Amino acid sequence: MNGSAIPAPQAAPAANPDAAPTTAPPPRDTAPPDDRRVVRDALGVGVAVGLSGFAFGVTSAGAGLSVAQTCALSLLVFTGASQFALVGALAAGGNPLTAAAGAFFLGVRNAFYGLRLGQLLRVPRRVRPLAAHWIIDETAAVALAQDNRRAARLGFTVTGAAVYLLWNLTTLLGALGAGALGDSRAWGLDAAGPAVFLALLGPMLRTFAERATAVLAVVLAMALLPVLPAGLPVLLAALAAPAVLLLDGWRSRSADARAGARGEARTVEERMVEGER
Amino acid sequence: MTVWIAIALTAVGCYLVKLLGLAVPAGVLERPLLRRLAVLLPVALLAALTAVQTFGTDHGSLALDARAAGLAAAAVALLLRAPFLVVIAVAVAVTAALRALGG
Repeated sequence: MNGSAIPAPQAAPAANPDAAPTTAPPPRDTAPPDDRRVVRDALGVGVAVGLSGFAFGVTSAGAGLSVAQTCALSLLVFTGASQFALVGALAAGGNPLTAAAGAFFLGVRNAFYGLRLGQLLRVPRRVRPLAAHWIIDETAAVALAQDNRRAARLGFTVTGAAVYLLWNLTTLLGALGAGALGDSRAWGLDAAGPAVFLALLGPMLRTFAERATAVLAVVLAMALLPVLPAGLPVLLAALAAPAVLLLDGWRSRSADARAGARGEARTVEERMVEGER
Repeated sequence: MTVWIAIALTAVGCYLVKLLGLAVPAGVLERPLLRRLAVLLPVALLAALTAVQTFGTDHGSLALDARAAGLAAAAVALLLRAPFLVVIAVAVAVTAALRALGG
């Protein structure tokens, strides 16, 4: 995230069979200040998401769901965008199958996070069924922002625990307090959800390819929103990622005459930056 | 009752896709192209979610309201490297303030 990580001390390389050439070897003894930074970031995310949990509780109660139904969603579904989508669809009078389908489509992105987290975290088989429940935008963003396995595992666990506890607690408070609060929109709470997504997205936009993907995804989502059922525009906007990769591939192939294939990903991005000037 | 059915379907479906991603063998991601795709996919989804929840309405149409101003303020806070919680608070506060002023 800030690129200031201390290189892992290579005291006993032979004792570390995990040191695959694909990623940096997971350091066993990272400096404590690094741990504190990870925990601080993770708790920051957890507390901020707590706010949107309150917004969810209020929104769900406003849509006509009972307190038990609202809390069941946060406990069992535990992926915010899908919960908001389901509640919105039910409030609009959609049948349960259509409503669940929209929420499910939104949740499919968690499979992609899981794909990436599985490799990064190397979750032990026994822990997988539990860890899977915590794979959401926020835990993925925090874990993927770390530059070694130890920090990623710490970030995932602390973020997951903080978000799960606070999200469920604030969901309950929101559902109970919905009547007292009145119109949640008057309090601006409907801006909390997108602001969480924006704040998670910001640090990911480092290279030209990442920025191009974000812009294309926004254009696709906006264009599809008025014509497709809820959930589908976001899912189809994900096609921005392969589209940018395809364009990137063409550009790098034409530049391959000049540079070797060594350090592939980084040089491709450097070439793209150079091409912009 | 139909609400509980929808909740159950969503809970089971969302959990299974989470588990599916985690259970896929690590070797699947060894190819550089797939690894880059896995990096770019969250970017695309988060960008789309931000846009849809900022400009979308309950009826599936687009609208420019106080949320957009709140998110613009949040973007400025983000560029100024404000902490995560401050970014969210700015978005909520600006949106609420504009609505209080009759937006």
